[in-house]
Amino acid sequence: MLFGRERPGENVVLRGARVVDPAEGIDATLDVRIDDGVITAVAQQVDAGDHRVVDATALVLAPAFVDPHVHLRTPGREDEETIASGTAAAAAGGFCAILAMPNTDPVVDSAAILGALIETARSEAEVPVGFLAAITRGQRGTELTEMAELADAGAIAFSDDGVPVASAGLMRRALQYASVTGRLLALHCEETSLSHGSHVHEGAVAAELGFTGYPSVAESVMVERDLALAAYEDQPLHLLHLSAAESVAALRRARDAGVRASGEVTPHHLVLTDEAVRSLDPNVKMNPPLRAERDRVALLDALRDGTIEAIATDHAPHARHEKDAPFEAAPFGVTGLETAFAVLYTRLVRPGLLPLETLLDRMSTGPARIFGIDRPRVAVGATANLVLLDLDGEWRVREEAFRSRSTNSWLLGETLSGGVVLTIAAGATAFERLSVAHA
Amino acid sequence: MNSIRLVRDELRPPGPPPRRHLLSVADLTCDDVERLLGTARTFAASMDRELKKLPTLKGRLIVNLFYESSTRTSSSFELAAKRLSADTLSIKSVGSSVDKGESLKDTALTLGAYDPDVIVIRHPQIGAPQLVANVTGAHIVNAGDGKHQHPTQALLDLYTLQEEFGRLEGLHVAIVGDVLHSRVARSLIQAFELVGIRCTLVGPPALLPRDLGVEATTDIRAIHDADVVYVLRMQNERMEPGANFVPSLREYAARWGITPERLRPGQKVMHPGPMNRGVEIDPRVADSVDALVEAQVRSGLVVRMAVLYDVLTGGPVGVRALAAADVA
Repeated sequence: MLFGRERPGENVVLRGARVVDPAEGIDATLDVRIDDGVITAVAQQVDAGDHRVVDATALVLAPAFVDPHVHLRTPGREDEETIASGTAAAAAGGFCAILAMPNTDPVVDSAAILGALIETARSEAEVPVGFLAAITRGQRGTELTEMAELADAGAIAFSDDGVPVASAGLMRRALQYASVTGRLLALHCEETSLSHGSHVHEGAVAAELGFTGYPSVAESVMVERDLALAAYEDQPLHLLHLSAAESVAALRRARDAGVRASGEVTPHHLVLTDEAVRSLDPNVKMNPPLRAERDRVALLDALRDGTIEAIATDHAPHARHEKDAPFEAAPFGVTGLETAFAVLYTRLVRPGLLPLETLLDRMSTGPARIFGIDRPRVAVGATANLVLLDLDGEWRVREEAFRSRSTNSWLLGETLSGGVVLTIAAGATAFERLSVAHA
Repeated sequence: MNSIRLVRDELRPPGPPPRRHLLSVADLTCDDVERLLGTARTFAASMDRELKKLPTLKGRLIVNLFYESSTRTSSSFELAAKRLSADTLSIKSVGSSVDKGESLKDTALTLGAYDPDVIVIRHPQIGAPQLVANVTGAHIVNAGDGKHQHPTQALLDLYTLQEEFGRLEGLHVAIVGDVLHSRVARSLIQAFELVGIRCTLVGPPALLPRDLGVEATTDIRAIHDADVVYVLRMQNERMEPGANFVPSLREYAARWGITPERLRPGQKVMHPGPMNRGVEIDPRVADSVDALVEAQVRSGLVVRMAVLYDVLTGGPVGVRALAAADVA
């Protein structure tokens, strides 16, 4: 269900890294040997033979990341992102696999469109990509797509991300049919009659600045509806980009009651609040919007305790001329692939708010488990899906350095630590910046 | 003011001191307000002369860029610039939206090529003045951006209140009506806070924003104790059927309209204009001696002269400065 360019397997020995794989229970200074893209040794003092040796002293080696929520803008807006540029950005961010949303132009709602994307990914994707297909034709919310055929054609899951499935009746039908396709439904929860015309979270900042507010309850009533339907139909579902404390509480209650529901949260919702909107910088405008501190704290708590199992960037590239507009006129969305680990490490792990192991788990094992992808791991016999991280080195987020075609990042100009030094995806080196490690 | 903008400022190469803008009342201090009102008083004194034109801003170029219809604000900015002898260029984009045709950024760049000293901008979208400030070298004065801010309106209202009452601190103003959609209300609330005016918001529940942190009630009787009742315009264009902010304008008028019966004798009334007589304000109130509406308009001229002068010179206009200007 993941598709990428065929590349020769790596032959390398990574020497002396602090290897951290929470799921394998590893946190030790070890060497890792990779032969033809497969991990063949994880031990102290591995024999290098004639392999290239990378001195990974003082670096952290971990399972590479999986991003369950990326917008590759292809087909339709290749000026904003292509499969090649988006996957190059993913590799630079330490990801070994990403999932692409189907809200493109045209929408990925037929096997023909999906097939064309898979072909493109096979020729140009730097890391493997999984494609979601739409739940409804054209994401119009009226007729189901041919989900069984799409699943056979390679759709990894289904989503109308960008817009909610407004009709409860149609949502129920989609859940019923999911038992046939065996694919997860990933849901954008928004009651648009409550969020209509809004640009930012309804709260003190919106009140002061004059923005039409997008209340938390516009998300949580839809979350409650979909969880109730999932419980009734006894089908799993995944909640995209959760932003509100009430949504988190609903997810926790449903999971406790045995509903097979999972959730994801973005780096920006974990780090920023609606206070950031005071800048009127269009690069802090996204859907769902940045919310209040109590929401941010609830999301972080849920990430820690495992109620939210996955971090998703919701990487949403936009053309510069469209973001260079008054806040209200600018489109929703920010990029995130190339900064996700670094910003979360810098703002959450370093200050002691989130254990490194939890961050690594929620960026890799968690999303892989939700979407049925082989878990990246540091273990003999596993395909190498690894990331080498320089936790101490500092780097500045610069427009020119992005691999993404778009630069609508809320972190431009910020200094972060936790740089990605090397990404090995599906056994092959996808990104390498080894000189930085010793700069 | 915030981390994101600070970082960008740091990135700017060292050069001349930061330009002075008037984007939001939130950026002003109490001292700024005092200075601006003092400057306005100085200009008001000069308005009594036979020859009203001052040479103060001779040779300066002031661009008025209006993306929304306006009578009071655009005419008073234009007249203010002319009274100060500046060259003016007025550009109106009737019924334009930024995403049709030329973008705001491109328009700003085009106008910026003339090296204007000040760009006065009114725009239907929040943040438009910030964008123009980012892409041109001009001083920017916000003449109203969406539902966000209308800082010169707040300043002229403070000026009007001070002229009327001889003080600001300790006054009590009730703001009545559609606070949700009102940039005037947002600027006023911040301005009142700065100078120590007590403020009570009164209106229908759906038109009072949540979490504004100001005393608010739906009970129109709350206006009774106020020194001034500040009536906001009911924005008919936002009251389309189906929006249901209020069941009808008729019901609004009956419940929250300002009538002589609801006012104490001598209680002052203000309105930023344009008025919907018979909706938010009874015509008898609008025409009474206690309505300060025309005083507000007169204040608008001298306050906008003060604002233009202030962003360009960055200091109070003293007797000496005026004298020097007279000589020049």
